[in-house]
Amino acid sequence: MVKRKWPETWQEVNPGCIVFEPGSASEYHTGTWRSQRPVWNNNKCIKCGICYIFCPEGCIHEGTDGYFYADLDYCKGCGICAQECWPAAISMVEEG
Amino acid sequence: MLEIRWHGRGGQGAVTSVELLALAAIGEGKFAQGFPSFGPERRGAPVAAFNRINDRRIKSRAGIYQPDVVAVLDESLIDLVNVVEGLKSKGTLIVNTQKTAKQLAKATGFKGRIGVVDAKGIALKEMGVPIANTTMIGALIKATGAVKLESMKSPIEQRFGRIADRNMNAMTRAYNEIKIS
Amino acid sequence: MSKRIGMEVAIAAAEAVALCRIDVAAVYPITPSTHIAEHLSDIVSNGELDAEFMTVESEHSAMSAIIGASTAGARAFTATGSQGLMYMHEMLPVASAMRLPVVMAIGNRAVSGPLNILNDHGDIMMERDAGWISLFAQNGQEVIDMIIQAFKIAEHRDVMLPVNVSIDGFILTHMVEAMEMPDQEEVDRFLPPFKPFETLHPDQPVSMGAFAGNDIYTEISKSKDMALVNSKKTILQVWKEWKKQFGRSYEPIESYKTDNAEILILTMGSMSETAEIAIDSLRAKGMPVGLLKLKLWRPFPYDELKKAVKGVKVLAVIDRAISYGGSGGPVCGEIRSALYDERNRPAIVNYIIGLGGRDVTPEDFMMIAKAASQAEKKAPKDRYVIYGVRE
Repeated sequence: MVKRKWPETWQEVNPGCIVFEPGSASEYHTGTWRSQRPVWNNNKCIKCGICYIFCPEGCIHEGTDGYFYADLDYCKGCGICAQECWPAAISMVEEG
Repeated sequence: MLEIRWHGRGGQGAVTSVELLALAAIGEGKFAQGFPSFGPERRGAPVAAFNRINDRRIKSRAGIYQPDVVAVLDESLIDLVNVVEGLKSKGTLIVNTQKTAKQLAKATGFKGRIGVVDAKGIALKEMGVPIANTTMIGALIKATGAVKLESMKSPIEQRFGRIADRNMNAMTRAYNEIKIS
Repeated sequence: MSKRIGMEVAIAAAEAVALCRIDVAAVYPITPSTHIAEHLSDIVSNGELDAEFMTVESEHSAMSAIIGASTAGARAFTATGSQGLMYMHEMLPVASAMRLPVVMAIGNRAVSGPLNILNDHGDIMMERDAGWISLFAQNGQEVIDMIIQAFKIAEHRDVMLPVNVSIDGFILTHMVEAMEMPDQEEVDRFLPPFKPFETLHPDQPVSMGAFAGNDIYTEISKSKDMALVNSKKTILQVWKEWKKQFGRSYEPIESYKTDNAEILILTMGSMSETAEIAIDSLRAKGMPVGLLKLKLWRPFPYDELKKAVKGVKVLAVIDRAISYGGSGGPVCGEIRSALYDERNRPAIVNYIIGLGGRDVTPEDFMMIAKAASQAEKKAPKDRYVIYGVRE
């Protein structure tokens, strides 16, 4: 059965348009429109985490080794992480 | 229906007077309104406040233009505003003053019934302050029979607590000392 | 047992709110509703009511705060008027769209400019389309009653909408008069504890106030409109319960001496009883005139209006606000539209009175009734008259 994303008719609208499954925005993979991706050079990375702090999508995560990576399902390729990374460990690479 | 207009200056307690009188009338099972002359107020500026007292429910929410009674808390207002404007010819003017009714008749041009009482003097003596609003209620009650004097006790106690007795004393003195022409 | 009290109406309003055992009040005090906020704050700080009184920094925040409180499951209240109400404007449709049963007392006051703190209905008319249920009180008693009713209507599972109660500024808010104040036991019996439809709680997360694009906004708007339209049924039911318990009856449009009336005057709010004096006097002189008092502004009582004007020759609608460059009075615009499809509709005339605190007297209504009586034969030159304007 296909799960309906939202009501079809006005009668089906929840009072107050409450969404009973919060966090459903994660179902949208916003990474599909990316034209550049961030690539980490872990030789330069000092694990400061500034990329993680500045990522507007919240899609940069810390790996078990303490280095950082982007979840490319959601990374839009904005380049803010590369801009903010002061040891210049992140470079933006063309997709394609 | 009895309609009363009070004249005072901002801070002299005219609004308190109309509230207390209305509460006393309601306490007697009557119907009453007490309301200020609406609008911005500042200390010292001439203000008016109003009462309606009736045995039946009061419908009108219009202003009072032809009062049966006018009470003046501060006689210096007589030079500033026409305190007897619209006052019914068979109505009553009550003034806080040391002057006589005759002198007041001349000053205001009002030919009807006039009551005078030195409410300021009484208030100073009984309460130590020249605030004559509650004192004047006593004078008004004597002159109009609007409510019974003892009906004031409960609203005065609720409002003034510790200093209720002093207010009641001043009110009772004004009730006894007002001179009505 | 209800107790007969003498009290300033604004203070009585605060007492009524406390009897409803609210959980949260967020108010930014503004004349002439200030005493509601002050007294409610006293009641909370005295420990008489276990509630949070939030001293917010603006009316926008006040409305936002009670919206937030309501999503967390609190029974929430605010009071305002005029500029304060307009400053809330942005948040008002949010409260109704989120279907939050908050209650607001409005001390109606003319809007700036020029600055004027006195009464008219210019403020609430600007919020007409915010999706709130809107009641108008004609005296202190109705203020108490409607505030208590408002919570019950708002929280009813078939409604879940915010409710505002219009209280004419100064004319009512600053009036000391006699009223019946219900006691706590009576109010508890009438108004059960608030059971929110859904709450924000970390144990069972939901999203409220989510984005809705062009694919769903229309359906959501329709559902909000239908919620408001359908709320009338519950409002009537709650008023029926009120009458049963407290003996005082409420109707969307209350009639006064309308039997065999050929001319009807329609009023709202505190001028209604003043108008009754004029009706009494004109009836005594044999004039077939009666009064309709509109108490339910939203949802608009179309059926009741059509029934009330059946067989009437002239309907004089009294507005206390202007729709500039539009219908004249906003209430009259509504009524003309409501009756347009009626085959035997009365001639409709519109008088705008009482702007910015200008006094409204029984004599004014007598003049209006006499002028209106001519309208059946000859349509008035103007669609609306600003009564008493100096020219």
